Order: sequence, then structure tokens, then C-alpha cells
Amino acid sequence: MIALERRPTPSRVWAWASPLVAVALTLVAGGVMFAALGTDPLEAMRTIFWDPLFGEFAFYFRGQLLVKAGPLILIAVGLALGFRAGIWNIGAEGQYIVGALCGAAAGLAFYPAETRLIFPLMVVCGALGGFLWAMIPALLRIRFGTNEILVSLMLVYVAENLLASAAVSWLRNPDAVGFPGSRNLSRWDAASNPELIAGTGAHWGVVAALIAVVFAHILLTRHLMGFHIKLTGAAPRAAAFAGVRPARLVVFCLGLAGALAGMAGLFEVTGPAGQISIDFASGYGFTAIIVAFLGRLNPVGILLAGLLMALTYVGGDAAATNLGLPSAAISAFQGMLLFFLLAVDVLTNFRLRVKRREPRVPQPAPEAAE
Amino acid sequence: MDLTSISPTLLIASLMVAATPILLAALGELVVEKAGVLNLGVEGMMIIGAAIGFIAAVEIGSVWLGFAAAALGGAVMALLFGVLTQLLLSNQVATGLALTLFGLGLASLLGQGYVGIKVDALPRLDMGPLSDLPFVGRVLFGHDPMVYVSLALVAATWAFLRFTRAGLILRAVGESHDAAHALGYHVVRVRLLAIAFGGACAGLGGAYLSLVRVPQWTEGMTAGAGWIALALVVFASWKPARVLVGAYLFGGITVLQLNLQTAGATIPVELLSAAPYLVTILVLVLISRRGRRGGDAPADLGRAFHASS
Repeated sequence: MIALERRPTPSRVWAWASPLVAVALTLVAGGVMFAALGTDPLEAMRTIFWDPLFGEFAFYFRGQLLVKAGPLILIAVGLALGFRAGIWNIGAEGQYIVGALCGAAAGLAFYPAETRLIFPLMVVCGALGGFLWAMIPALLRIRFGTNEILVSLMLVYVAENLLASAAVSWLRNPDAVGFPGSRNLSRWDAASNPELIAGTGAHWGVVAALIAVVFAHILLTRHLMGFHIKLTGAAPRAAAFAGVRPARLVVFCLGLAGALAGMAGLFEVTGPAGQISIDFASGYGFTAIIVAFLGRLNPVGILLAGLLMALTYVGGDAAATNLGLPSAAISAFQGMLLFFLLAVDVLTNFRLRVKRREPRVPQPAPEAAE
Repeated sequence: MDLTSISPTLLIASLMVAATPILLAALGELVVEKAGVLNLGVEGMMIIGAAIGFIAAVEIGSVWLGFAAAALGGAVMALLFGVLTQLLLSNQVATGLALTLFGLGLASLLGQGYVGIKVDALPRLDMGPLSDLPFVGRVLFGHDPMVYVSLALVAATWAFLRFTRAGLILRAVGESHDAAHALGYHVVRVRLLAIAFGGACAGLGGAYLSLVRVPQWTEGMTAGAGWIALALVVFASWKPARVLVGAYLFGGITVLQLNLQTAGATIPVELLSAAPYLVTILVLVLISRRGRRGGDAPADLGRAFHASS
């Protein structure tokens, strides 16, 4: 029989190999799913993973890639810091919405002024909005010990209602007759977040995501705060003895993740989305959780994972239009990826041993739970 | 605003209907957590139950078989979580989240061709003259059978955990898996059974949404009900009877805000729709204030078990 045996130290090889194995397994399982849906699996895989990069219309899709990857990476980097310390902020979607709302509101207050100072102000307000929204679960956890998982998630639904009310009442475009939705920010020069290099899709959000990756990498490898984060995640008691203040860590991790998610929301609303509308929330905050784990909670890994996940979005859109693959298939596919990743991860900390069943001794110790 | 248009009798009767999905899901999760496992995938299992239950009911033409299929679907999803966390020792929080994300995707995939179809709702149980009593008849004796099933399940869970040997073993596993293991109990087996039960309950709760409460299939129809069920378990301090109280309180808020919306209250609609979530947060704060962190929680909640360590 096969048994698991704990490794003395986590395997370095498997730490890097397990995402790759998980991706491979997901491709197989996803192929089965696509076949079950009546699509040729090989063709589906080619449409999703190959055509957007090297196909005939790659010039269009490549631009989309960074547009999708930017917010995912920006949010996931923040989340990963918290996850490493055992602080589970799963309400990034809400922080993303509130960031977009605050930033857009701050900008629209100056409409129709034409000064380039407005955009930086909006970025700051967006970050602040996300930060404050994340402070709700942070402060409740510190002050009352309330579970941050549930509170941050509940706030997503509150934020969605806030978004709906903004779109139909307090941020609605006063010049539009009857239509919900704010003024178009991407067409107002002072507030727009344009494509910086034509054809790449890179806007300020992508730049911010890259900066965040570098910042988080330095924080985790060179800074005391990063050490405290890793220590708390690995051994909370040891961290307490080492003088880590848990409250500070909660505020830092949740606050940073909230600010980054808020910025991501702002870059989205001023760029690709263009305006505050009822369907502005697109689930980036939840997909970023997958990205964070796929990237092994490591900033550089998240960069790669974000690009891969963006590819599934872009390729999934292409497959939806070309092959008629339901768009929900892609979210199931993404969920599968996370499952396989978590399953393969066992090999980082354990090794498989094929054991022969030991002959029963008169007073057997309880069989290792199989 | 016309408050007189809200009838207290109907309000109470409909709050029981509104509360039943989360009551079922929370009850399942309570047993799972009593066994020391934190499954954050309730939302995913619920929506899978809603989708599968609805599809089965439409295809087979029997609401009851729909419920059975939903329970089965929920249990299969839960066992996916069980295999990952119990056999492959993955992180329970992350795996639960994965289950939710996967379930939401899979459910909307499955339910694609079923948007806008209607099923015959469960008929209300007719208890003869009892159902004709004023007020009491409508509130106590005029519901569909699943409401009574959920109430019976509360009692059964309470009795199981409190009076049976199996319930004692389950609690022992949740309080100290090392001690239970040393006594010769199969920690992993007990936990897998509890997880499957939790999944089946969540599936039933989801199916109640799509087959009775709404009754239709729409994408993302659980809208956080699974998460509220999780909060409810904390609120109830891991006690079945309090889950019942909590679920009905919560159902009351949901129904009241819907009634206020239709009565044309001057409060913004969005604030009313957000009210159940805000109240959940408020309740969580009050609870954690009282008990400090995890006062009543099973001691080994969320900790992975491996016989060698």
C-alpha cells in the first residue's frame, strides 16, 4: 500500500515542479471536460493557449493579456503576503470595487477640469478606498477577534450593493438620459488610464503590478516585516516569542492588500472598463486567490501565474466566440487548476512510500489513517 | 411607506422558508466542524446542489429525486475536499476556497440550458383542520415538507451529537485527533463521513433554493448564502439548537428587507439588500466580543491530521 511519509524539510524541487504538474493535470482533466461538452479538446486547448500568443490574431490578443494580468497580479501580490502570515483576506473583490468607486468619485468631483494632477489624485484615493474597506475586517479582528474570512467576504456583497447604488444614483452620468453608469472616465483626458505603448495593452495598472512584484519580493527577502510575515505563517508561537506584534501584521497585510486591490479597481475603471457600471465587478478579486496560490505565494511566481491565468481568460473568450465553448467552462477550468495544485502540493512536504502491509502483531498500534 | 401591507403571519411563514436553505447548510457544516474540519466550500457545494437538484427535477420530473440528486452532488463535491484535505493533507482554508470557486464555475456550466425553466414547486403539506387554524395554522402547519425535514434534522443532529456513541467519537476527533487516534478511532474515516454529510446538507440547502424558494435556476443564485451559513455556525457556538435560532433570525431579516422594499420604504434599496450581510458582520462582532477567539470552537478545528506527526 502507498503511504505518505513526512520529509524532514520541504522539497525544493517539488516546490517548483508542483505548479507545472498541476497545470499538466489540469490540461488533461480540462480536455476531458471540453470533450464532454462536445468540443474537440485539442482544438480547444490550441484556441485557449496557443492562438492568443502565436495565432493569426495574436496582435489583438497579446494586448488583452496584460490588460487581464495587470489587476490579477496587483491583487494577488497583496493577498499572498497575508496568506503567508495566515491572514485570510478573501474580500479583495470588495476592496477592488470600493477602490474604483472612491477613485472615480474623487476624480469626478473635479469634472471637467483638465489637469494631469487629477489622475494621480484618483490613484491615491483608489488605494485609500481599498485600504479603508480592508481596515474594517482588520480592525474588527484586532479589537474583537472577529473572523476576517467571513467579514471580508460579507463586505464583498455590501460593496456590490454600493456599486449598484453608485451606478444608478450618486455617480450616475447627469448628461446621460436614463442610462445607469457614470461618466466615461477613459474618454476624459485628465482621468484616463491610456495604453502606454500601443499594442501591448500595458496601462498604468500593469506598471503598478510590476512595481508591486518587485516591492513584495524585496519585502519578503530583505526586510524585517517580510521575515515577520513568513515567521508568523510558519510558527505563530515562535513569532510571538520573537516579539512579532500580531495586530500590526494584520493591519499591514490587510491594509496593503486592500490598497493594491483598490488601485487595481481604479486602473480598471479609468482604463479598460471606462466607467462605473452595475456589472463593473468581474471577479478579479476571487481569481486573484487562485493566482496567489498558483504562484506559490511568491511574488515572482505570481507574476508568471497571473500571465497564465490571463491567458485562460483571453483564450477562453476566443474559444467562446470561435468554438462556442461556454464561458463558465473557463471558470470551472480555473477552479480545477487550484484543486490540482493543492493536491500535488502534498509532494512538497511528504514523499510517497510503497510499503508492504506489515504482518499483524498481537497488539497492533492503530493503523496509520489511510 | 405602507407598513400595514406587511402581514406578520405571512412574514413569519415566509421567514421559515427563507431560513431553510441556510439552516440545512449550517447544520451540515456544524457537524463537519465538530469533527475538527473547517470546510469553507459551503457556498460551492450549495450552488452545485442548486444546479444538480434543479436539473434532476426537470429531467426526471420529480422534485424529491431532485433533492436526492442534490444531496448526492453536494456529498461528492465535499468528498473532493475530503480527499484533498484528509488524504493529501492540503490546507483546509485554501481547499475550501477552491471548492467554492470550482463549484460556482461548474454549477453555471451545468445549469446553462436550464435558465428560465420552471419546475412544479413542492405542494404545501395539508394537515387538514390544523392548517386552517388562524395564524398558528399558517405558521406551523402550512409548509412544504422540506421545512419539516430541516427541523427534524436539527433535532436529529442534536440528539446524535449529544446522546450517541458515534456522536461522542465524532466530537472526540474534533477536540483532539491525536487522543482519538491513540484510542484507536479512525480519525480520517470519521472526518470523511462528517465531510460527506456536510456536503449532502449543503446540497439539500442549495436545492431548496432552486426548487422551492425561487423556484428557478439562475447563475450565482446562492449569493453568499453558504458564507452566511458558515457565519451562523460561529454565531451558534457550535450548538444545533442555536443554529436554528440564528437561521430564523437571519431569515427574518431577509424577509423583512424584501417586504420593506415592496412596501416602498424610503430607505435605499441597495442598503436594504446589503442589510443581511451587514447584520451578519454585526452578529459576528458581538459573538467574538463575548467569547473571545474560538472559546467554544472544537479544539482541533482546521488542523491537519497525519498519523506520523
